[in-house]
Amino acid sequence: MLHITIHAARRMLRAGDIGARELTAAILERIDAVDGQVRAYLTLTPELALAAADRADAALVAARAAGTTDDLPPLLGIPLAIKDTITTEGIRTTCGSRILENYIPPYQSTAMARLQQAGALILGKTNTDEFAMGSSTESSAYFATRNPWNLAHVPGGSSGGSAAAVAAGECLAALGSDTGGSVRQPAGFCGVVGLKPTYGRVSRYGLVAYASSLDQIGPLARDVTDAAELLGVLAGHDPLDSTSVPAAVPAYAQMLDRPVRGLRVGVPREYFAPGMQPEVEAAVRAAIQVLADLGAEVREIGLPHTDLALPVYYLIAAAEASANLARFDGIRYGLSAAAESLWETYRETRGQGFGPEVKRRIMLGAYALSAGYYDAYYLKAQQVRTLIRADFDAALAEVDVIACPTGPTTAFRIGEKMADPLSMYLTDILTLSANLAGLPAISLPCGFDGAGLPIGLQLMAGAFQEPLLLAAAFAYEQAAGWHTRHPTL
Amino acid sequence: MALSLAEVEHIAELARLRLTEAEKAQFQEQLSAILEHAAVLQSIDVSAIPPTATVLPLHNVMRADEVRPGLSQAAVLSNAPDPYDGFFRVKTILEHE
Repeated sequence: MLHITIHAARRMLRAGDIGARELTAAILERIDAVDGQVRAYLTLTPELALAAADRADAALVAARAAGTTDDLPPLLGIPLAIKDTITTEGIRTTCGSRILENYIPPYQSTAMARLQQAGALILGKTNTDEFAMGSSTESSAYFATRNPWNLAHVPGGSSGGSAAAVAAGECLAALGSDTGGSVRQPAGFCGVVGLKPTYGRVSRYGLVAYASSLDQIGPLARDVTDAAELLGVLAGHDPLDSTSVPAAVPAYAQMLDRPVRGLRVGVPREYFAPGMQPEVEAAVRAAIQVLADLGAEVREIGLPHTDLALPVYYLIAAAEASANLARFDGIRYGLSAAAESLWETYRETRGQGFGPEVKRRIMLGAYALSAGYYDAYYLKAQQVRTLIRADFDAALAEVDVIACPTGPTTAFRIGEKMADPLSMYLTDILTLSANLAGLPAISLPCGFDGAGLPIGLQLMAGAFQEPLLLAAAFAYEQAAGWHTRHPTL
Repeated sequence: MALSLAEVEHIAELARLRLTEAEKAQFQEQLSAILEHAAVLQSIDVSAIPPTATVLPLHNVMRADEVRPGLSQAAVLSNAPDPYDGFFRVKTILEHE
């Protein structure tokens, strides 16, 4: 029951086999039992969750009596966790940073509003690398989250709290945000499903901005069906986000069970570079063979500018971050350092409030945007970004779905990469390109290494081709069955 | 591309960040390594390639010019470190000679 899916829980709730309070209380007990080890949550809201569960139970009882349970909102009574970069009205939102330690948002993010409208209840806010800048959740200003499969290892990041909470049975599913792989990489490390939607598919209103041209909110879930359910709730145009796209929202969860016979699957040769952990390559190639056995047409493809994606990413993301984080000035909200002048207020507040990784990226971005270097770094990175997009346009004219590893290795040990930022940045090397090109991409479990750590298969597709992407992922998941394994804590 | 300590201090001023001496030395080394890694971009000829600022074909997304409800003054000031009489109070910006 701790590892129940949203779709199974919904059936049980509507049939009256379980109550929303009973389900919520069981998950809260689980959090109580294991979160001292996993440390997935920054803030817990048990009273709010139980009160919402009672309201859900009242609606469920009434609907059962009236025979109208099919008309209930899709997530009624489902307990979820929310990454702490996503604004929650009235619930502390720290972004994993000291600068927002006591910040209580006076407004609601669109993603939260949509989840609540769909009946979901919120257990709390999950740990993240500070302002989503990191790949291990070790850059949180509060504490490091641990991988439920092996507590000496990182859960990945930056949505490491959300991924660990899903894997450890501390929620049914969670929201994360993905700027360069921050949903998919931790999903891969923790053996859960993580989906980054097409840029513009989900409103960013209330997602605290890191790199606005790359950021996208996405679900972390136990299986592909749940990820599709959540996307269906989150997706759609929002007048409050001018970069959300007014495209119709398909019934994703009803479109999963489509045959993959004839589906053209491209395997990019650049994504299997030397240095990859051999067990990762073997598991991913075996997963691609499963798709071939199901009737997919597998062929090798080229994405020739892949090796440029990392520098392009960290220049563009850092430049956008340096502009976005200028708002944290100690005047309107958040930490405010005592100082003699306005200038000193800015410098002291930001010097004290931001951690090392955030300072490093603000510095890099400010440099790339500064007089004399703008053309050489920022503009150049934007131009090479065009080449990376063109690689995907050419490849996706020939294939429907691209299959590759989510990352070159399984979860590394806590502390292993903190001293060398570049080695940490390299862990995202296979996920960055989907953000640069704005494409939907998903990570799902495809096996384990010799140490028992999960391995992630990444699938990518063309813009707004989530139905195709999710159907391919669902076909593999159902054939392979890895999603039924859970860590023991 | 190695950064000098003076450049690190200049960028920190641009970014309104107070750095300790240890942070300056660390960032000088780490940012230099990152910029060296980024030097690979300098070898690519992109003179004829337009930049990508966003993947969306967007231009000037506008909404109707009409009054809509917003947050109350109390809500807006609810997180303010130093509110005063309905305002955000800041330190003196211009001083008399």
